Amino acid sequence: MTQPKILAVKNVTVSFDGFTVLDNLNFSMNYGELRFLIGPNGAGKTTFLDIITSKTKPTRGEVIFDKTVNISHLPEHKIVQQGIGRKFQTPAIFSSLTVYENLEAAISFREWSIQLFRWLSPSNRERITETLELVGLQERADVRAGALSHGEKQWLEIGMLLIQKPKLLLLDEPVAGMTRRERNRTGELLQNIAKNYSVLVVEHDMEFVRSFAKTVTVLHTGKVLCEGTMEQIQRDPRVVEVYLGRAHGEARPPKHERVSVPTQRVGRMPMPALAS
Amino acid sequence: MLKQTAMRQFISEWGPVILLGLLFLCAPLFLSDFRLSLLGKFLTFAIVAIGLDLIWGYGGMLSLGQGLFFGLGAYAIAMHMKLEAGGGGLPDFMVWSGLQELPLFWQPFHSPFFAVAMVMILPATVAAMLGFLVFRSRIQGVYFSIITQALTLLVSVLLVGQQEYTGGTNGITNLSTIFGYSLMAQETQVAIYFVTVMMLALVYLFCYHLTRSRFGRLLVAMRDDEARVRFLGYDPVIIKTVTFAISAAIAGIGGALFVPQVGIISPSSLGVVFSIEMVVWVAVGGRGTLIGAIIGALLVNAGRSAFSEQFPNVWQYFLGAMFIGVVVLFPQGIVGSLRLGVDKLCLINQTPKLEGSVSQPSI
Repeated sequence: MTQPKILAVKNVTVSFDGFTVLDNLNFSMNYGELRFLIGPNGAGKTTFLDIITSKTKPTRGEVIFDKTVNISHLPEHKIVQQGIGRKFQTPAIFSSLTVYENLEAAISFREWSIQLFRWLSPSNRERITETLELVGLQERADVRAGALSHGEKQWLEIGMLLIQKPKLLLLDEPVAGMTRRERNRTGELLQNIAKNYSVLVVEHDMEFVRSFAKTVTVLHTGKVLCEGTMEQIQRDPRVVEVYLGRAHGEARPPKHERVSVPTQRVGRMPMPALAS
Repeated sequence: MLKQTAMRQFISEWGPVILLGLLFLCAPLFLSDFRLSLLGKFLTFAIVAIGLDLIWGYGGMLSLGQGLFFGLGAYAIAMHMKLEAGGGGLPDFMVWSGLQELPLFWQPFHSPFFAVAMVMILPATVAAMLGFLVFRSRIQGVYFSIITQALTLLVSVLLVGQQEYTGGTNGITNLSTIFGYSLMAQETQVAIYFVTVMMLALVYLFCYHLTRSRFGRLLVAMRDDEARVRFLGYDPVIIKTVTFAISAAIAGIGGALFVPQVGIISPSSLGVVFSIEMVVWVAVGGRGTLIGAIIGALLVNAGRSAFSEQFPNVWQYFLGAMFIGVVVLFPQGIVGSLRLGVDKLCLINQTPKLEGSVSQPSI
């Protein structure tokens, strides 16, 4: 606890109509860390991100960002201004705008009013080009974002976050719905990003987590169940219990059909890979 | 090849604008006085339609309050003209209602500069205040439309009810001069017509640049995914409020140019029905195209006056059929469909072009 923390979630409780989603949760992350957050459905992972980005306000507790800033009650856009970027589960991009214009909208976020009527500065144009290369979309710059493939949309959204140079990146299931090839590319991208940024990834894809995770936090019924390296996690009997102590084979509904109020979620995901 | 596409782009973007501009400028040469004043009236509607296209076509917010802002602009200039017509005396309707002296809020309208400034400031302020409250509460879509419509209704009821201050149902009548020039003089009417054409051009150019700036693209971005805009660090409340206020100011300009051409403003020429008619103009012309708003406003109004002259009893049915026909056959509006058609032709003529270059504006 001596290291300075980029993010410290302190005693956060969230309840919706008496249903407790996050239960006195404590969590912290170091600067420059790449952290994975896993947990069965309904564990509160997405709500956890909602709390950090102020999409949901905590019933109790507080969130401290960048050592000193209490962001628990800031509005969403102010939190982004503080330096937290979030990628959503389903790609959230502007489908009527071109890829280039999407990045342009992202890079202009600190400019205001009259500045938005001026042309983009050359240095910012250069950064858009760099970001296009980083996420591998340089060929697609003038294509309308709505016409991109699912994977490309995800990369575009990651690019839109990176171009804002956030201090902390939150990625909610970055590889959901991707082909194997796309997943590997995303993994490489993620490792690249993690060199320069503090990143928190929520992920369901265990294979992906095992390939890229160093530190993993397991969330269960709104609490941190355990935390450690992937090896430690896999050996932890509590984790095995949480994932395997339930019925196998229950199909997991596709993400986009799920509702963000966790009380309405059904279905659990078995984690067979852990047992091997 | 590159030159050719750039040329084609220039023509498709500015060709119709230049053509329309020339047409409007030459109109006094071949139109009768009656037709010219009719066209001038339609052009003020076209100005309002551009404002509606900005907020609805680009921003995705269907405002049913544009008629109100049109009315505020119209009343602002009419108040000045009424004082001018009264020649220092109390306006006639105030005398009839038993008022002894000019109400305080009428006083500054003696100044033409104040009145002209109010034409834009008044609607913009009302829109900004309403917009801020509505958008801050994250009221969107049809609820926004209903609230703007309710406000329009409220103000028209208020205008009717405050007889002694507003002229009530009759509105402000017997306007004879503007800035010292007689409204009856033909030269004045032609001059007002040209001012209207000029203002239409200015408003068009302003909105053209606004929609092509980063601010304009942000507006479209917000139509696509408002949450993403918020989570990119923008405050959508400000973007929406500013846009709403701009569109209201534009509607006010339209209203102010309407009054001297018609010589009267009354609650019946603004309000709920008028606000919905504007939506029809923009939908017929093509949302999110700006030029479509002008064409739609002209076509629908020209159609309305042609039909009503030819078929005095059933003309509304023709107008309705025209609206339904366009919406069913060309859901993108006339200009939107034309552009889609041209794009498709280009796709056939040219070797494989960029995929996905054809836009699909959302509703």
